[in-house]
Amino acid sequence: MATRHSRAAARMMMAPAVVLLLGWMLVPLTMTLWFSFRRYLPMRGGDLGWAGFDNYVRFVTSSTFWPSIQATLIIVGGVLVVTVVLGVLLALLLDQPLWGQGIVRILVIAPFFVMPTVSALVWKNMFMDPVNGLFAHLWRFFGAEPVAWMSEASLQSIIMIVSWQWLPFATLILLTAIQSLDREQLEAAEMDGAGPLSRFAHIILPHLSRAVTVVILIQTIFLLSVFAEIFVTTQGSFGTRTLTYLIYQRVLESQNVGLGSAGGVYAIILANIVAIFLMRIVGKNLDA
Amino acid sequence: MARAHAPARKALTTALAWTAGLLIFFPILWTVLTSFKTEAEAIADPPLFLFFDWTLENYAVVQERSDYMRFLWNSTIIAGGSTLLGVLIAVPAAWSMAFVPSKRTKDILLWMLSTKMLPAVGVLYPIYLIFIELGLLDTRVGLTVVVMLINLPIIVWMLYTYFREIPGEILEAARMDGADLRSEILHVLAPMALPGIASTVLLNVILAWNEAFWTLNLTAVDAAPLTAFIASYSSPEGLFFAKLSAASTMAIAPILILGWFSQKQLVRGLTFGAVK
Amino acid sequence: MGRIVLEQVTKRFGDVEVIPPLDLTIEDGEFAVFVGPSGCGKSTLLRLIAGLEDVTAGRILIDDADATNMPPARRRLAMVFQSYALYPHMSVRRNIAFPLRMAGMDKAEIERRVQAAAAALNLTDYLDRRPGQLSGGQRQRVAIGRAIVREPTAFLFDEPLSNLDAALRVGMRLEISEMHKRLRTTMIYVTHDQVEAMTMADKIVVLHAGRIEQAGSPLDLYRTPRNRFVAGFIGSPRMNLIEGEEAARHGAHAIGVRPEDITLSREEGGGIWSGVVGVAEHLGSDTFVHVHETGLAETLTVRVSGETPCTHGDRVWLTPREEAIHRFDAAGMRIE
Repeated sequence: MATRHSRAAARMMMAPAVVLLLGWMLVPLTMTLWFSFRRYLPMRGGDLGWAGFDNYVRFVTSSTFWPSIQATLIIVGGVLVVTVVLGVLLALLLDQPLWGQGIVRILVIAPFFVMPTVSALVWKNMFMDPVNGLFAHLWRFFGAEPVAWMSEASLQSIIMIVSWQWLPFATLILLTAIQSLDREQLEAAEMDGAGPLSRFAHIILPHLSRAVTVVILIQTIFLLSVFAEIFVTTQGSFGTRTLTYLIYQRVLESQNVGLGSAGGVYAIILANIVAIFLMRIVGKNLDA
Repeated sequence: MARAHAPARKALTTALAWTAGLLIFFPILWTVLTSFKTEAEAIADPPLFLFFDWTLENYAVVQERSDYMRFLWNSTIIAGGSTLLGVLIAVPAAWSMAFVPSKRTKDILLWMLSTKMLPAVGVLYPIYLIFIELGLLDTRVGLTVVVMLINLPIIVWMLYTYFREIPGEILEAARMDGADLRSEILHVLAPMALPGIASTVLLNVILAWNEAFWTLNLTAVDAAPLTAFIASYSSPEGLFFAKLSAASTMAIAPILILGWFSQKQLVRGLTFGAVK
Repeated sequence: MGRIVLEQVTKRFGDVEVIPPLDLTIEDGEFAVFVGPSGCGKSTLLRLIAGLEDVTAGRILIDDADATNMPPARRRLAMVFQSYALYPHMSVRRNIAFPLRMAGMDKAEIERRVQAAAAALNLTDYLDRRPGQLSGGQRQRVAIGRAIVREPTAFLFDEPLSNLDAALRVGMRLEISEMHKRLRTTMIYVTHDQVEAMTMADKIVVLHAGRIEQAGSPLDLYRTPRNRFVAGFIGSPRMNLIEGEEAARHGAHAIGVRPEDITLSREEGGGIWSGVVGVAEHLGSDTFVHVHETGLAETLTVRVSGETPCTHGDRVWLTPREEAIHRFDAAGMRIE
């Protein structure tokens, strides 16, 4: 429904956004791809020539690779489990009639707006510090030995911090999904004699499955690149060196750009696999 | 649906929900409270909750020692500038997609969203190099552009969904009434979509404000925003809880307030319409 | 001035030809109504004239100037949309003034014209309201006001009354007709309602599948429909169409008789056709009797002036007025 004039105008008006994003995507991507096939050590001689698939092989065979994959999976998986389970429970709770719903919603959502460096530092010091942290006080109050969270339970600590940041997101989306559920369906089920548990299992949960999928996919994409939380807490030590952090260290800390770029290509492929599933769902909704 | 046991049940769910809400909010509350304590009170065991000598000293010290205002200014410029720039680029693009859709519109939109999913670390070094080449490292301009680019897909997407709710006939009426493209967008579309544009701006200011990967890696001193300001407290000043709290409070307060207005947009903006 | 000429105008959406090559002239000052069933291409044709869609081939001339590639803003046409398409964020005053503002007219002149239009349309008291605070009829008036202030070459109406309730529709119909008599500006009016077409038009253009089935004055079309489609579409209740032996007796593939051209008798043998009354609709001034089991068509509709005591199940006898019988050939075209 348009004329040549408006179609021409549309192309013109779309051009800046398309060109910018195309540049933003293609230029660095091409460079990363190029570097990944070079022996490129800026501090030790610069570009030392063609490396073939050496970087790719070395990145995967280095002793740090599998632990980093493991750390990544544990963190992403842990955060997903915590946020989805708690998110469903919280969403169900907030969907009930209660006094001060608006305020509770605000309280629950607030952590999402806290910048990652702040939440990481506040948790690391004020809560998880083994001497003066609030948890240490609490443990001592119950006569237990305070835990040195960041060194002894580093992965759990990071999962906890990141979960706290992402729980609001999961809750909010799941709550939106629950509220879109047809009330009459629930009432019909109740009339048919379904108890609260079977109503949850047979009606609410299936209705939520799509929202849960979306939460999982979107969070996975963001969680795969969790950075600031590790940067200001453990700096990748104590088994918290994720794939993202490993690549960051290779590139900026040890300045082995070729190797880091090969890692970057792996990370991009990984993110794209998740993105494809997400884009399918988004695409379907666009048609509707 | 009033029921006989409703009040008792409501009381129970209220209690549960408030407990959960306060628990989740507690770290923020504790940070704010601690920021008003002395360092000794901050680490007191048992912890002091409300009964301590309230003081503003920490705020003064933080400002004096690290020049909080400069970081705040950088954050404001980067978040505000990138959002403004992004909206200026995204409005025409979203207009095209919403009102002159073609067979490729959907593909372009999905492709734009997919650029959002590019892992930043994968392109860290190229961007770093480009920044050095162009002299953009540690400049507000460079960071504003990068943050704009990473949020542009979300801005385009949100504006597109808002524009699609506006009937095309109204824009056609404007065309019949003699409006050129500029007037059509400026006098008809923009005022009608104002609530949507405002929501988009709000959410993207928040996302830009909290962006931590690029701000940490591409700034040092001059252009460092609040994310970097806080990161500088990671050690050893972090052990001074009261000052850390004051710095943290100052870093999150502005955005926390904006955030409360943007709950609904959060769902629309961050799920790309996959949840309605 | 406002003479609009379409020469071989064609529109395709992809592979679908919505409007095959079409010629049409709308004279200056004429009230032309495009009528046809939904999907017949009448709105598309209007949008082509407006410039909101491109023609695939052919030319559009407005006052002898080639407007084929002119953007809508420069065609000097005003359009009233089905949804009214008022600007919700502007007051009535600013809505009406918008085209004048776009034309860069000076403030005093804009205000004078807005006041005049508002007075003519009974909108003076509502000038400071937003469209959302108005009733459907008032919104319609604002849309018309926005069109007339510009003093356009021609008005285009896209089913403007379809969102109004029946009573308002009749009132607005009269107002638009009066407006046309007063302004004598060319108007092109799209509707699917043949009553609107009959009552308002100087020229009716009946469209079907993008083709012009017939164009002419309302009574022309009523009296001498060029083909079966026009015969069936124009007139209410519809013309009775009869095929088979009875048609063959008249030397045609099908014959058509309008309900008012049949006389009805309740006396045994009081007519050449006979059947059983299904429903008699009593309107007071007229009665429409629907007759079944005639062996000619499923139902024959007969208009009886005034009242008739017919009821369901009565046997009746019918006589068509021989000189009022329309004859059509196998291709559906009229036989003179």
